[in-house]
Amino acid sequence: MNNEEEINANRANIDRRKLLPHLFPNHEEYLFVSGLAGASRDAAALTGDGAHLFALGGVMGAATTLGLGVAMGAPDKKVAVITGDGELMMNIGSLVTVATAAPKKLSIVCIDNGLHGETGKQPGHTAQGADIESIAKGAGFRSAMTIRDEAELTATRDFLETSIGPRILVAKVLPTGPTKFKRLMDPPAVRLRFRDAFLANQRKS
Amino acid sequence: MTNDHSEDHRWTGGFLDLLIENGVEFFPYVPDEAIWRFLQLAKADERTSTVLLTTEEEGVSICAGLDLVGRRSALVMQSSGLGNCVNFLSITQSARSPVLMILGMRGEYGESNPWQYPMGQAVLPVLNAVGVIPYVISNDDDIPLATNAAANAVFKGRRSAAIILSQKFLGAKNL
Repeated sequence: MNNEEEINANRANIDRRKLLPHLFPNHEEYLFVSGLAGASRDAAALTGDGAHLFALGGVMGAATTLGLGVAMGAPDKKVAVITGDGELMMNIGSLVTVATAAPKKLSIVCIDNGLHGETGKQPGHTAQGADIESIAKGAGFRSAMTIRDEAELTATRDFLETSIGPRILVAKVLPTGPTKFKRLMDPPAVRLRFRDAFLANQRKS
Repeated sequence: MTNDHSEDHRWTGGFLDLLIENGVEFFPYVPDEAIWRFLQLAKADERTSTVLLTTEEEGVSICAGLDLVGRRSALVMQSSGLGNCVNFLSITQSARSPVLMILGMRGEYGESNPWQYPMGQAVLPVLNAVGVIPYVISNDDDIPLATNAAANAVFKGRRSAAIILSQKFLGAKNL
């Protein structure tokens, strides 16, 4: 890699606090699962900690396959997993499982700051060459995209709406903190809130 | 004696039917020779789906995701895979989202492979440590009893449970 390519590969100019509102202007159309730490804070801020979000506060690595379970169980619903690069790396094999199961309406958004933010901003693999988009394509994803600038956000709506699912969007974000949002941290209550709301909506439709 | 699992036809169909009667629709799995015939039946049955995993803990979170939308599932694996699941089983206790597991035992009874013993012997202490109730199948008569008991524990009693297919029942390689 020459100098210029190296700088480009590490370029990240997106403010993560603007990311999810841009990607999901109609967030109530989705069911969300978010991974621990910053990803769950951003997702809770997006949804107002809504009943259509199941936000994890631990079990690092679980978000992607938890979202896969939701997507398989509710194949008519749009499902989005919000995760970070650190969490995704912990169970990177889950991308193979998702691509093989191939739920058409599942989108994964990786908020990639190249850091383990929650534990003190230690550098992660994606800051040192690991490329999630390439890994996802190798795992069998037909739709994988990386964005680095806010100017690219407009194109992502089309990607989320029309590309062949399952799909993964990697957003290279600045190393600033997640959106400040205090969500309900009572896991049984969060589970019941999500489950009851989903089943009630299903009975209506 | 080497068990070629030709006798699996004797019990696998009835076992699958019992799980379906208890509302189970999805089987995330890592393949295991001892339970492959069962998984093939589940794959072929239009009432159930199987999901191939890269590692067993993915199945714990898939089951939790299916529960969030009101669907029932059982995670199928060789007993050694339980070791991979331990941290993810936090979901089942933290969120009170119990999981049903089906374990094909190794390292338990008649095992010849020394690599299988450490995890095989750790299965019951690990299950106990993470709040999963074991229901052991040692002979044909145990199948309906253990399966219905485990399904009741999970889907009505809100407790995680493991149906343990003992090597006494499955037959150990080179026993």
